[in-house]
Amino acid sequence: MHLKGKRLKKLISSPMALFALSSTSALAENLVENSAQAERWQMNLKPGVTELGQEIYDIHMLVFWICCVAAVFVFGYMFYAMFAYRKSKGHEPANFHEHAVAEISWTIIPAIILLGMAWPASMTMIKVYDTTESDLDILVTGYQWKWKYEYILEHGENVAFFSNLTTPSQQIHGEEAKNNNYLLEVDNPMYLPVNKKARFLITANDVIHAWWVPALSVKKDAIPGFINEISAKPFKTGTYRGQCAELCGKDHGFMPIVVKVVEQDEFDSWLSEKQTQAAELAELMQQEMSMDELLAQGEKTYAGKCAACHGSNGEGGVGAVIKGSKVATGALSWHLDVVVNGVAGTMMQAFGAQLNAIELAAVITYQRNAFGNNMGDKVQPIDVHNFKQGGK
Amino acid sequence: MADQATSTLVKKLMLAVVAMFGFGFALVPIYDVFCDLTGLNGKTSGSAYQAVDVVVDTSRTITVQFLASNNDKMNWAFKPAKTILRVHPGQAVNTHFFAKNPRDYTMVAQAIPSISPGRAAEFFHKTECFCFNKQTLLAGESIEMPLQFIVDQDLPKDVKTITLSYTLFDVSEKSLASR
Amino acid sequence: MSHGPAKGLSRWFLATNHKDIGTLYLWFSFSMFLLGGSFAMIIRAELFQPGLQLIEPNFFNQMTTMHGLIMVFGAIMPAFVGLANYMIPLMIGAPDMALPRMNNFSFWLLPIAFAILASTLFMDGGAPNFGWTFYAPLSTTYAPPSVTYFIFGIHIMGLSSIMGSINIIATIMNLRAPGMTLMKMPLFVWTWLITAFLLVAVMPVLAGAVTMMLMDIHFGTSFFSAAGGGDPVLFQHIFWFFGHPEVYIIILPAFGVVSEIIPTFSRKPLFGYASMVYATAAIAFLSFIVWAHHMFTVGMPLVGELYFMWATMLIAIPTAAKVFNWITTMFKGSITFETPMLFSIAFVFLFTIGGFTGLMLAIAPADMQYHDTYFVVAHFHYTMVAGAIFSMSAAIYYWLPKWTGRMYNESMGKVHFWISFLGFNLTFFPQHFIGLAGMPRRIPDYALQFADFNMISSIGAFIYGASQLLFLYNVIATIKYGEKTTVKKTWEGANGLEWTQPSPLPYHTFTTPPEFK
Repeated sequence: MHLKGKRLKKLISSPMALFALSSTSALAENLVENSAQAERWQMNLKPGVTELGQEIYDIHMLVFWICCVAAVFVFGYMFYAMFAYRKSKGHEPANFHEHAVAEISWTIIPAIILLGMAWPASMTMIKVYDTTESDLDILVTGYQWKWKYEYILEHGENVAFFSNLTTPSQQIHGEEAKNNNYLLEVDNPMYLPVNKKARFLITANDVIHAWWVPALSVKKDAIPGFINEISAKPFKTGTYRGQCAELCGKDHGFMPIVVKVVEQDEFDSWLSEKQTQAAELAELMQQEMSMDELLAQGEKTYAGKCAACHGSNGEGGVGAVIKGSKVATGALSWHLDVVVNGVAGTMMQAFGAQLNAIELAAVITYQRNAFGNNMGDKVQPIDVHNFKQGGK
Repeated sequence: MADQATSTLVKKLMLAVVAMFGFGFALVPIYDVFCDLTGLNGKTSGSAYQAVDVVVDTSRTITVQFLASNNDKMNWAFKPAKTILRVHPGQAVNTHFFAKNPRDYTMVAQAIPSISPGRAAEFFHKTECFCFNKQTLLAGESIEMPLQFIVDQDLPKDVKTITLSYTLFDVSEKSLASR
Repeated sequence: MSHGPAKGLSRWFLATNHKDIGTLYLWFSFSMFLLGGSFAMIIRAELFQPGLQLIEPNFFNQMTTMHGLIMVFGAIMPAFVGLANYMIPLMIGAPDMALPRMNNFSFWLLPIAFAILASTLFMDGGAPNFGWTFYAPLSTTYAPPSVTYFIFGIHIMGLSSIMGSINIIATIMNLRAPGMTLMKMPLFVWTWLITAFLLVAVMPVLAGAVTMMLMDIHFGTSFFSAAGGGDPVLFQHIFWFFGHPEVYIIILPAFGVVSEIIPTFSRKPLFGYASMVYATAAIAFLSFIVWAHHMFTVGMPLVGELYFMWATMLIAIPTAAKVFNWITTMFKGSITFETPMLFSIAFVFLFTIGGFTGLMLAIAPADMQYHDTYFVVAHFHYTMVAGAIFSMSAAIYYWLPKWTGRMYNESMGKVHFWISFLGFNLTFFPQHFIGLAGMPRRIPDYALQFADFNMISSIGAFIYGASQLLFLYNVIATIKYGEKTTVKKTWEGANGLEWTQPSPLPYHTFTTPPEFK
């Protein structure tokens, strides 16, 4: 509410802000962490943090100014004609309807100007398609409605994780104040080392998405079954935010992209931490978890992944009722199948790839023992692992 | 007379309409030819390449990356034996992908290849590939799927990395129903 | 032989008179304009503030899809077909259209098509929600069940358009008054002739595209699915092979209208008639070879990107020639600013802005930043709304006195113009900014930094929407209570065969062909 009021006040109190290229108000600064980030009242592209991006920005500005000059000329001519030759001034109409020189010149002059734009634009386009060696390759996969990033490593397992929107639904539905990065925040951002060329291999799992980070000047369609590639070499550290740019269904507006560009050593330690996490997870899976541990973790996972559709007390909503449901009080394998593989033709997604085995085990255990379901049985991570591998 | 002219004209226009409707469909094969010529979309040939004897160009080394993805509703375990191979143009290289069907019923998958950069596609020849056929796996069954390929010597000099991606699509419904 | 209109409803259901059918088309398209407009109001109301306030994301997608489909296929295209039906026989001195019975059929298919389309809103799973460009696989494998009805609706609508254009071509080719050679035809007739050929060429391609979708959905083919060897990108190529000519189908008749009105109120013949005809033909030709500029981010080979960029930039040349011709028509004229002229001047002004942004979008590397943002939304509304809708408003004010024998209220017309002009720019100009700042299109909720301009845009949209109700009122008031006028030439500077006929127009005109010098 607070923010809304402020925004409205600003709208009323400073109409001149419309004409300012960027606002310098304190509020606007709060919203901005980085100069490459979009800000309030922003009216133009930003140059971005790659050399290519700055070149693209220059092309954009060149064409923009050429259009402006042309507009001044064309509209100047038009308004002059309108004011100088109005009937109320008693002007008698001429009767000409042809003029070869004029007609030829307004064909040739625009053609020359167009060439002047096409040439640098083509040169830049060639650079976009540059295929020199990259330092880092990342497979980006669009899902309804989240992104998966897989760092392609020559040695050891690839590091893969999902990146989900973290803005709480209370903020979206106006029950809580919206934070500065509203709709542009994720749980697992992509990390990139600064001054290194990253090559993004882009594909999709279901429908067409488009991976777009304005500051990296990268936008490429993610097409199921095909891979596209585009690269970026950011020269400045910072957090850069983007969004899916191709309509991909219901939550198209809710699958942001966050890229953190960091120093090489910070990147290395992040990557090795991710690798360690994966290894730890594998180890943890071999361990027995107690009911308390499972329930504690399950409650957390449930609140994050299930409550939005199934209600915080399993009472249902968009999704089915869990309290006393056939699945939650029925055979364990059925319950596992529903959660891991989803239910075709319904809103129930497959969580098998989104949650790790511990989270899956915990959330299923929680569902079977909370809300008065009291089944008393436990699911261990290894059970989930075995189920995924085809065991019963 | 005007009526005669009109009906002739209308007939011609109707013919044009039918022809353009047909043209819409003709765009499908035209597009495929176009893709072959330009490597649009990184499509590769759907049938085996007949290897010709050539000298292996050891002066160049090409990095070949392998990616494995699953399409929606497909949950096989699926990954390449090696993520990255370094090969010489002209050399026949063998590798394979692992797949496992974790579900308790038989599934059929079709692997769809895609190559990036697209213009490398026509220089990447598969002499043997699991993507030429559908793969059927019984409940819990796993398989090693072979791939043999040759990178053409005529690969443009500036291309140093080729990425070969396979996406598994679930085609069980169609394939099992038609049996 | 000569008789008046039939009594009661059968006059309309069995209409074969070109003026009756034109009237039906115009009222139908206006009602679709209001329906599509109300969807736009819902969209702008939801976007008034960040957060989800009024509607759910899925319904939002249905609204953007239906808004686009209804405005393009239900409002703008039928409006110009209606105008063609009404005016082309009058302009070329023909008694009626060449195929009056087919004319009746092609109109009555439209309400059926749009009843089917609108009924999808009440179906299980909701209306089409995949955007008016319906990219596969979102529109095939992942579509709501109503997609089948959507496909039928498109088929019927396409049939109607094809029959309508065949009729228009036949009329123009065979029924011109003696002495009216092709190069003496009014420019509106010329632009429609070329438009009709475009329609005959591309509507069947659209029909083919939706037929392939239908087969993918119901008959197990895989035209657009990679799993069976198809390709989702193929859909985009076929769609835009139709889609790019389609946008010229929308704008060329508007060029024609403006080329009639500007000379009238400048009291000076149209400058560069021949170059106008050639420019129109050039634009139509270019429209077939530039389609993939809608797909710069799809991953085309470099040569493809460069070719489509250059070809697209070429369009600027004939378009610029047209703009200079219109302005030079005004130059050294004797200009008055009645409502039709105001709308026409605004057309030239705003359409040119849309042309400039179009040129920016043609620059492939920069388009990687503009693509699928509000910058694109702003661009095509400058061409569609300020282009097609403004010129349509101009046409209605221009010919209404001729049709009804009553004069519209000029002050109210001017008020309508100024409110429209203000509302339109307030809505769409800020969308350039939020697009450049990074807001993707087709999202129901947005990040906070886009909030200010979105609010302005929504306020503008409500103003623009309301101004159309004033327009409706003005038209109805003219028909019912407007000041009677029997002058043949409503406008001092008007030229053309339609102005040699009495006002209001009798039910039958040019039963014997006029002599055209």
